[in-house]
Amino acid sequence: MNPTTPRTQFAVPSRILHWLMAVMILAMLFIGVAMMASLADYHRLVAIHRPLGIAILILAVIRLINRRLTKLPPFPPTMSPPERVLASLSEKLLYALMIALPLVGWGMLSAGDYPVQMFGALHLPPILPAHPTLFAFLRGTHSVLAYLLFATILAHVGAVLFHTLVVRDRILNRMALWPVRKTSSTQTQPSSSHETE
Amino acid sequence: MKQDLLNIDPKLSPTAVVLRVALIGGILVGAAALFAYARGWFTPRALTQDRVIDTFQKVNGVYSGFRRNHAKGVCFRGWFESNGNGVELSKAAVFPAGRIPVIGRFSLAGGQPYVADAPTAVRAMALQLQLPNGEEWRMAMIDLPVFPVQTMQQFAVQLEASIPDPATGKPDPAKMKAFVEANPDATRALGLIQSRAISSGFADDTYRSVNTFLFRDRQGRTIPVRWAMIPEQSFQPPPKDDPGKADANYLFDALIAAVRQGPQRWRLVVTIGEPGDPTNDASIPWPDDRRSVDVGTLVIDRIESEAESPARDMNFDPTILPEGIAVSDDPLLSARSAAYSVSFTRREGEPKKPSAITTAEVEK
Repeated sequence: MNPTTPRTQFAVPSRILHWLMAVMILAMLFIGVAMMASLADYHRLVAIHRPLGIAILILAVIRLINRRLTKLPPFPPTMSPPERVLASLSEKLLYALMIALPLVGWGMLSAGDYPVQMFGALHLPPILPAHPTLFAFLRGTHSVLAYLLFATILAHVGAVLFHTLVVRDRILNRMALWPVRKTSSTQTQPSSSHETE
Repeated sequence: MKQDLLNIDPKLSPTAVVLRVALIGGILVGAAALFAYARGWFTPRALTQDRVIDTFQKVNGVYSGFRRNHAKGVCFRGWFESNGNGVELSKAAVFPAGRIPVIGRFSLAGGQPYVADAPTAVRAMALQLQLPNGEEWRMAMIDLPVFPVQTMQQFAVQLEASIPDPATGKPDPAKMKAFVEANPDATRALGLIQSRAISSGFADDTYRSVNTFLFRDRQGRTIPVRWAMIPEQSFQPPPKDDPGKADANYLFDALIAAVRQGPQRWRLVVTIGEPGDPTNDASIPWPDDRRSVDVGTLVIDRIESEAESPARDMNFDPTILPEGIAVSDDPLLSARSAAYSVSFTRREGEPKKPSAITTAEVEK
């Protein structure tokens, strides 16, 4: 790639992290709600939910570091200034929730005096003291944040679908796992201060 | 170049834009509906853990801060003295010879925390074994030879039959009769339960896992097991007249007095199932001639009130197991775990009221 032209796609690690975590987080959210209403599969689902949540926490921290270290492609010119502000805010919210939800889950199990079991004999130490009210508060918070995360993901998907199907600016190419040459008819603006992933 | 809020492609006709926006809306609504379906919001009649606990609340009423079942109880401390015999059965870190700290709770079945003790009340022992590698083994055992039913669905129907009729204040006997007639297996289990030998109190009682678990050894061999805590205290029959009428806490008071006299001991005896023994039905006993291994001794040397003990705010979920012990295909285990979790979440968020067995009662 010519080093003088701005990149049009996110860096390869960013794209891999995005799609890997998209699959993991959606699976996690569905496991989370399904286990609340399943007597037969509750134990199996919770046994997946705990280590998957910790895996998401680890990847979210890696992703946040990666986000700080890599140069991002500029917003497409088809995104208006208010859209850019919304996109940046929703990105911050998604990062905050990706990190907060597993931490609240871990803290909730600690406050509930549960062992934080991963797999085999592996378990994590408690990060909070056992306390009934603290457990109840974190248990409620965990659900509220999960519904907020699902709603934020829906808004994100809706915005990308709108750009793909109605604005038709090939915005998905920015996050495509395969390399995409710049084919959009619209010009790319120089890198702006508000960039998003 | 563009100043519009939304830069709709000018090549699309207005109709095409409307159709495309409708498609996007459909995708988002569909995803949200799938999520709501997974949460059970479209199947309100399906039996869930919330509905099981709701049923307990209909039977007993709601007692703030208390367990929705096994509400009346007292806590204890002690240790498990492992004799090393369990090592051949399971690689769990609980079995090499040694002493493991234990906390636990004795309780009566039922959701009423101030109910009077009675000789025929079902008694339970819950334990948390704190393994040297930081793992835990939690148990919740009862003093019945078998569980009355195989599934939580049957349990819920049986429980619903015991909801008091608003007109009479008592359960409708016709409903219980209908349940028994519709569940001939439960009749057999109830026969075994009714003909059991009832001991005088908590200390001379035998507590059983009831459900089947799997033990896995270092070679990867898996065996189905059930276990029992068998008292070293000699069996005494209950008094002829119900002492609960004079002392509503007589079972607990006798336990407190016994532990004050000296540590109370139980042998943990693991029974190994053979091919063909039911692992998925806790209402069917295994034949008496199955091999049993005594793996160690539980010693209880201190009784504590619920207000003092961390066991009050502990969920004795029987699926919290160390590596080397696993759940079997018994459907009650996952269902118990789910229902206990709802009971725990509800009571931990409520103000705590003093238990029937107060700190003063334990110390008097």
